[in-house]
Amino acid sequence: MKHTLSVLVENRPGVLTRIAGLFARRGFNINSLAVGETEDPEVSRMTIVVDGEDERIIEQVTKQLNKLVDVIKLNDITQDEFVDRELIMIKVCCDSSNRAEIIQIVDIFRARIVDMGRNTVIIEATGDGGKVSAIETSLKPFGIKELVRTGKVALVRGAKNRHNE
Amino acid sequence: MASTITGAQALVKILEAEGVKQVFGYPGGAVLPIYDALLDSEIEHVLVRHEQGSVHMANGYARTSGQVGVCMATSGPGATNLVTGIATAYMDSVPVVIITGQVATSMVGTDAFQEVDITGITIPITKHNYLVKETKDIPRIMKEAFHIARSGRPGPVLVDIPKDVASDICIAEPSDKVELRGYKPNYKGHPQQIERALKMINQSQKPVIYVGGGVINSRATEQLLEFAEKAQIPVTTTLMGLGSFPENHKLSLRMLGLHGTPFANYAVTQADLLIGLGVRFDDRVTGAIEKFAPQAKIIHIDIDPAEIGKNVGVDVPIVGDLRLVLIDLISKLEPQEHSEWLEQIRRWKAEHPLQYGQGGKLRPQYVMEKLGELTNHNALVTSDVGQHQMWAAQYYAFERPRGFLTSGGLGTMGYGFPAAIGAQMADRDALVVAVTGDGSFQMAMQEMGTAVEQDLPIKIMLFNNNCLALVRQLQHFYCDKRYTAVNFTGNPDFAKFAECYNAVGLKIETPEQVEPVLKEALNNGKLTIIEVKISEEELVLPMVPNARGLDEMVEFPYGEE
Repeated sequence: MKHTLSVLVENRPGVLTRIAGLFARRGFNINSLAVGETEDPEVSRMTIVVDGEDERIIEQVTKQLNKLVDVIKLNDITQDEFVDRELIMIKVCCDSSNRAEIIQIVDIFRARIVDMGRNTVIIEATGDGGKVSAIETSLKPFGIKELVRTGKVALVRGAKNRHNE
Repeated sequence: MASTITGAQALVKILEAEGVKQVFGYPGGAVLPIYDALLDSEIEHVLVRHEQGSVHMANGYARTSGQVGVCMATSGPGATNLVTGIATAYMDSVPVVIITGQVATSMVGTDAFQEVDITGITIPITKHNYLVKETKDIPRIMKEAFHIARSGRPGPVLVDIPKDVASDICIAEPSDKVELRGYKPNYKGHPQQIERALKMINQSQKPVIYVGGGVINSRATEQLLEFAEKAQIPVTTTLMGLGSFPENHKLSLRMLGLHGTPFANYAVTQADLLIGLGVRFDDRVTGAIEKFAPQAKIIHIDIDPAEIGKNVGVDVPIVGDLRLVLIDLISKLEPQEHSEWLEQIRRWKAEHPLQYGQGGKLRPQYVMEKLGELTNHNALVTSDVGQHQMWAAQYYAFERPRGFLTSGGLGTMGYGFPAAIGAQMADRDALVVAVTGDGSFQMAMQEMGTAVEQDLPIKIMLFNNNCLALVRQLQHFYCDKRYTAVNFTGNPDFAKFAECYNAVGLKIETPEQVEPVLKEALNNGKLTIIEVKISEEELVLPMVPNARGLDEMVEFPYGEE
């Protein structure tokens, strides 16, 4: 089962190294990691997706992360109601023969075309992991030249925030 | 003071405010400003012979005094030479603050002369570390470093200070408060879990208390004694826990694990309840984990939540300071008896004592036993790593906390002698004995110069078999006696080596010499090497073979049964 950890950390150089290093040396697998500043410029939020079949491994991951002095707060939000998003950009081969079809797919997924070249287009889409994977699959037959995908970011729904959660 | 002092001077002021008496170190270019500032302080600088010695000394100082030990080195090789010692302190939860010089900020990242990313290198082996980028941060960071090192589960904290950061003017006032929103150790045990633990203790017929170094760190040895006596529960200790419970006490099972006593290992295997206090269920203790205490419910009390449930499943976890948790437990505990269980343990002790053949040869076990007797089991003993370490653990019979300093977690050869120097610096009146071997001692013997300079009357008991005999023992059991790379044919005469430092060199070669030579050494008031010549064929027994349970130990050498 994949676990989603929402981690507030000090926004300082080296914090990412501490966290990534911890995962590497203790043999935990990171599925994805996204990090950015929060409303408080001294704090960053990391959304870490961890593969953990064994609950004991997840427990160790969270305990070890909590031990880091730079980790301010950690929540395993897997069981909570949360909104999560990933962003994908896909460069697809495109000419006059299939342009219409591609645009139709883009519309269906409520994605956007953000660049158009002579033989390619770049499509941007956001959504949860399932949607993002689905658009990738749908565009594959046209020939994907390049692709980039962020890790998942997530926020718990409702009134909870980092001061009272 | 605000605008007139340098970062280095601000740093020294914090050291003074933290009560630091000694700094163990080795100078160099990048750390010059800090050495310069230290010159104007009352703090004594102990000049070592190799940076690794400085961190082991700070470790020995900390473990003896219960205060934070401090060491210092320059950038680059000075810093990297500390790495083994930092890892040693980390594994054994020893509070040490390590200060390293760094190349100037304008040079950082350019592969400058003697530049190394020591904060990067030491992330996995420090509790926390800092690269100080601005002079104004020095007072805050130094305060935090001491706070982190000594609170919660103690550990080493490294502060890396670029040369210009140390020499610039420091405009920050030191504050008394430390504010770390991501670091708040929990000291008080959860009352509900304590209730559950009490219930489990009341229901148990065959309980065992299993004690580690955490009891010493939390100064809970008195509470441990009270708890064990009130509940009439036998106590076994790990290597790090030796001395936390008097080994001559009738409830003592002495050390458990790989080279533990048969009665400790049997008791743990048969127990229906195991109460782990400040331990981490290390592989040297558990043997094959699936065979460890198979019938026991487990109560685990530790200040570090990450240790609970890491290696074994736990029935009652209690996160907190052992001293406080034990006080809670004792106050609510009804006095108990476990006479049947204690009778069983008495039988095990009678039938399976620690033993070795006598037969006229000089036996290291006998020497350690004698040392225990002659020092009332009360000396401050340090050890290196090897067979001698295990004989010290098995045969000295420790009676007091902080009486045995050894590298338990990392198993660092070359630890014992510098640790003894740190220990003796912390307690000038103590009788300090560094138990070592010819292998380990040669990893640290350059510190003889430091011991002479500081006028320390340490007794170095050096078991010499011209062999790395614990490795030889592994080859004996696991490599079909194909011995390789274990014999030293170029060893010096260690007694003469002592003499060339104007120290005393003595030798023990027969059983008859043991008592008189030890007495001479213990009473001469001088730095002394006692070279004890033993056979390379000695084995450390009992021994739990790889992948076996604790009750499947080998008790006797083949042919001696």
